[in-house]
Amino acid sequence: MNQEPLVQIRDLSFSYDNRKILSGVNLTIPRGKVVAIMGSSGCGKTTTLRLIGGQLKPTSGEVRVNGQVVHELDSEGLYAMRRRTGMLFQFGALFTDMSVYDNVAFQMREHTDLPEALIHDLVLMKLHAVGLRGAHKLMPSELSGGMARRVALARSIALDPMLMMYDEPFAGLDPISLSIVGVLIRKLNDALGASSIIVTHDVQESLKIVDYIYFVSEGRIVAEGTAEEIRNSKTPYVHQFVWGEADGPVPFQYPTHNAYGDELLQKAA
Amino acid sequence: MRMATNCCRRRLEVSDNRAVQLLIKLGHQVTSRLWRLGFASRFFLAIFLHSGTSFRRMHLTFREIYFTGVMSLIIILVSGLFVGMVLGLQGYDTLQRYGSAEALGILVALSLVRELGPVVAALLFASRAGSAITAEIGLMKATEQLSAMEMMAVNPIARVVAPRFWGGVISMPLLAALFSAMGVFGGYLVGVVLIGVDSGSFWSQMQATVDFREDVVNGIIKSFVFGVIVSWVAVFEGYDCEPTAEGVSGATTRTVVTSSLAILAADFVLTALMFRGV
Ligand SMILES: Nc1ncnc2c1ncn2[C@@H]1O[C@H](COP(=O)(O)OP(=O)(O)O)[C@@H](O)[C@H]1O
Ligand SMILES: [Mg+2]
Repeated sequence: MNQEPLVQIRDLSFSYDNRKILSGVNLTIPRGKVVAIMGSSGCGKTTTLRLIGGQLKPTSGEVRVNGQVVHELDSEGLYAMRRRTGMLFQFGALFTDMSVYDNVAFQMREHTDLPEALIHDLVLMKLHAVGLRGAHKLMPSELSGGMARRVALARSIALDPMLMMYDEPFAGLDPISLSIVGVLIRKLNDALGASSIIVTHDVQESLKIVDYIYFVSEGRIVAEGTAEEIRNSKTPYVHQFVWGEADGPVPFQYPTHNAYGDELLQKAA
Repeated sequence: MRMATNCCRRRLEVSDNRAVQLLIKLGHQVTSRLWRLGFASRFFLAIFLHSGTSFRRMHLTFREIYFTGVMSLIIILVSGLFVGMVLGLQGYDTLQRYGSAEALGILVALSLVRELGPVVAALLFASRAGSAITAEIGLMKATEQLSAMEMMAVNPIARVVAPRFWGGVISMPLLAALFSAMGVFGGYLVGVVLIGVDSGSFWSQMQATVDFREDVVNGIIKSFVFGVIVSWVAVFEGYDCEPTAEGVSGATTRTVVTSSLAILAADFVLTALMFRGV
């Protein structure tokens, strides 16, 4: 197998308008591994995934997927890369006007000339892998949150991708669905021989299934390590995050330019 | 565009003069509208560039024709009937003063085919189907369905936007024709059945006077143009909307307002161009 990592991110910076979101991020996703990117809400995790998928262009630095620099690809190259990439969106993003079956069949119909009979078998196989073969006739509105996430998972592995990206796969799930999704992510990764990136702020669940973890804060990688190293980490930020403490290096108060006392005095005056 | 907003805001704070502030606000309104118009035009081009899928896989477009058509059918038929009935009453009232009540058929048919059919049908279409298209595309954007499609290497303009655009463009003349047909029937009901205008002269005068090239074809051209306007505004507002609940509802309202105004303005321009001034 090719030993070069599947995804390499070098000095990646990105700004929306003039607001810096990422500054100088370096990270590596080795082949066959499941890697988590963690950080609090709004720290730029989804943005990172969009940069890897080529939906956004970096301000500086580069993302390499399978040896190719993503932002230098033309639209044809980009589409070729995306065909080999699966992405699970934060809320599933199932096509609401199509049944579960048609959702999973979507990419096969768009990108292949497979006969409908074969597509039928493939779709049921993918749905079976996520335990929802019996639900293929339902519409997305008839699914629970956990089921919708699993259907979206089946849809994103429709073309056997080499790279899977999961945007907050655990958000808003009950504890049972949460473990199901966690186990599925690991199992599918190993069965497909793919590499996976999980973006999340659910520490406990991801520590169970991932090989390596990056922590992002204020647009930078502040810590990294294997699950074991992270659990035992003494870095204040990681400690606060892993053990869910309200105050620490990440302040409880949103920064303001004047002190609360001053504000009260001004009102009194 | 956003950079422009920021720098204007900064200047707004600096300047105390009311008049200057007003002027800056006005200028900003104008430039941001121009920007949007520019985006909309580029979007229009993009739809054409990516229309291959809509015609290669006709079932995608037929599905949209079916949805927009069925959605608007009842409202178009009922409104057509009432508009025709009112035309019958008002037309008779005016014509009989000059002793030419038999010309009622001409009046009803010409008003419908040349003006009311295309215009009223398009206004109804904008508020019924146009707003629905905007809401649908807007919701697909807000729930990341469009992003998901892009990440699946499928172009949402080709797969989602263009079929809806062409579905609207194709439905519009058909709906306008149905509106006119129902209107003529409504005029007949009131004029002939209710008031008692001679049935023979109602139809024969209509047939003799309404010209295919001058009246019918021009009416079809109008409704085709209105179809392009409504569909373009509807898909653009949906695609460009802010991906939140408020964003979608605002975009839906804008679709109805913008396309209605554009229809009426375009109607004047087209009528002026078609007018031969005998
Ligand atoms: N389209 C956009 N325009 C401007 N700012 C954005 C846009 N999308 C996201 N942001 C901002 O970028 C920051 C990072 O967003 P995101 O990557 O979605 O965070 P998260 O880590 O929660 O996924 C947030 O503060 C958000 O407000
Ligand atoms: Mg996010």
